[in-house]
Amino acid sequence: MMMVAISLLVWLALWALNVRLAGSGAGGARVAVPLVFGLATLILWEGVVRGLAVSPIILPAPSAIAAKFVTEIPTLWGDFSQTVLKGALSGFVIGCAAAFAMAVAVDRSPFLQRGLLPFGNFVAALPIVGTAPILVNWFGFDWHSKAAVVVVMVFFPMLTNTVQGLREADHMQRDLMRTYAASYLQTLLKLRLPAAMPFVFNGLKIATTLALIGAIVAEYFGSPTRGMGFRISTEVGRLGLDMVWAEITVAALAGSVFYGTVAMIEKGVTFWHPSQRG
Amino acid sequence: MRNIFPILTVVVALLALWYIAVVPMNATRAIEQAARSDITLGTADLIRATMDMERPRLPSPHQVFAELWDSTVEKKFTSKRSLVFHGWITLSATLWGFALGVGLGIALAVGIVYSRVMEMSVMPWAVISQTIPIVALAPMIIVLSSSVGIEGRGVPKAIISAYLCFFPVLVGMVKGLRSPDQMQLDLLKTYGASGAAVFWKLRLPSSVPYLFTSLKIGIAAALVGTIVGELPTGAIRGLGARILIGDQFGNPIMIWSALFAAAILAGVLVTIMSVLQNITLKRMGMAR
Repeated sequence: MMMVAISLLVWLALWALNVRLAGSGAGGARVAVPLVFGLATLILWEGVVRGLAVSPIILPAPSAIAAKFVTEIPTLWGDFSQTVLKGALSGFVIGCAAAFAMAVAVDRSPFLQRGLLPFGNFVAALPIVGTAPILVNWFGFDWHSKAAVVVVMVFFPMLTNTVQGLREADHMQRDLMRTYAASYLQTLLKLRLPAAMPFVFNGLKIATTLALIGAIVAEYFGSPTRGMGFRISTEVGRLGLDMVWAEITVAALAGSVFYGTVAMIEKGVTFWHPSQRG
Repeated sequence: MRNIFPILTVVVALLALWYIAVVPMNATRAIEQAARSDITLGTADLIRATMDMERPRLPSPHQVFAELWDSTVEKKFTSKRSLVFHGWITLSATLWGFALGVGLGIALAVGIVYSRVMEMSVMPWAVISQTIPIVALAPMIIVLSSSVGIEGRGVPKAIISAYLCFFPVLVGMVKGLRSPDQMQLDLLKTYGASGAAVFWKLRLPSSVPYLFTSLKIGIAAALVGTIVGELPTGAIRGLGARILIGDQFGNPIMIWSALFAAAILAGVLVTIMSVLQNITLKRMGMAR
């Protein structure tokens, strides 16, 4: 019980520190406060697990997960490259590129746009992960089927966002381009694509999370003996929860880095947009 | 309404593509089957054969819709083969998860709007929580809740769908609760309004349009969460389980019909949300 009480006290003390940090308005507070909060939660978790002697098959302590993480780095790396680098990334690139190309192609026909936008929005709300078993059946167990699931999942959010974005440039701006005697291609490259970028990046950011989900779910339906989804489902079966949490850590890191990279590129490309200034 | 015709065109074009794709996808298997019974197929026969295979790689649309009709209207609702039965299982878990997620999202949003410390500590983690693929957690949540002693599969599924739907609600509500401008807040101050009055009479009402936008995203996300919760875990009831069983028994028509049932369910839920949105906003005098 002592452990629990102490960790609770530490948590409260760190929360109080956070209150002071947030109130001080110091420059580093934006980074420090969430870090302190995360640390405090980890300490509380560790204290509760040790103090109440929670069985490791229910909830392993963070220290146990960290230890497992360090000893299993080669396995984790193998799973990471199978699922994220091969499955998710290639699917992400193919799916987003295809959707982008399709959006630009459709762009010349307002009729198709009006048809595709509501339809795409509807499809984007559907549980497309369900197609995973079908695609695994078609493309085999290796990473190709995972990439296919990712392509299907990212396609429609990306398509609707790009189509929406290409309509962003307003009439005044388009007329200006016309007075310059700009060709269709010039207008597209110099006005409409740049104007569409905030929407395109919105689509890309949604697609990053979907890509990881798709790649992992597809592995539950058959995969070679490596990959994050495969590892999680087998380790859950063997009650090796520390390994499961290590994989979840990898997934969280991969997801955050993936998202962060796209967000950083967005910052560079759409520096002019109000949401990026200030 | 002017969008109806273009949408129909897109749908019809996709159906046509689907029918065309059926032929090459199933052709090899159809020829094999015919060869086994010593028949050589002409082109027309081949096309006809690919459309009505028993275990096609890609079932044709009419097969899927026939199966849908058969398993919803013609079966009794209580039958284990009825998609209405499985849809209900999925729907109830979705609604529980949705309620949980919306509650959590609103509570966190209120906390974030009123406490700077909470905003700075919780918000970054809420964003990071969404980059963790929930499906990685799904099997574990199920094992966890059964070892804690929760019976049945409803609770873990609801937790997973709550996890997916709380974030849009959180973001929307933070935006909504902050949407009253300084002028309006100052006016209430001149009235000597208490903090609670500001919340109930200004902040909450002005957040309603944002709330409904988030609810529409949230309910779709909750359904995805429930189905993901059913997929990797060997569930036997629910639309996700139908997909799983269809996969295990090599019955593509079953997978496809369950997928379409899920799509229809998602469509109905989102439509209900937008109808509710229209009615509420009209009543509150906020309809555009």
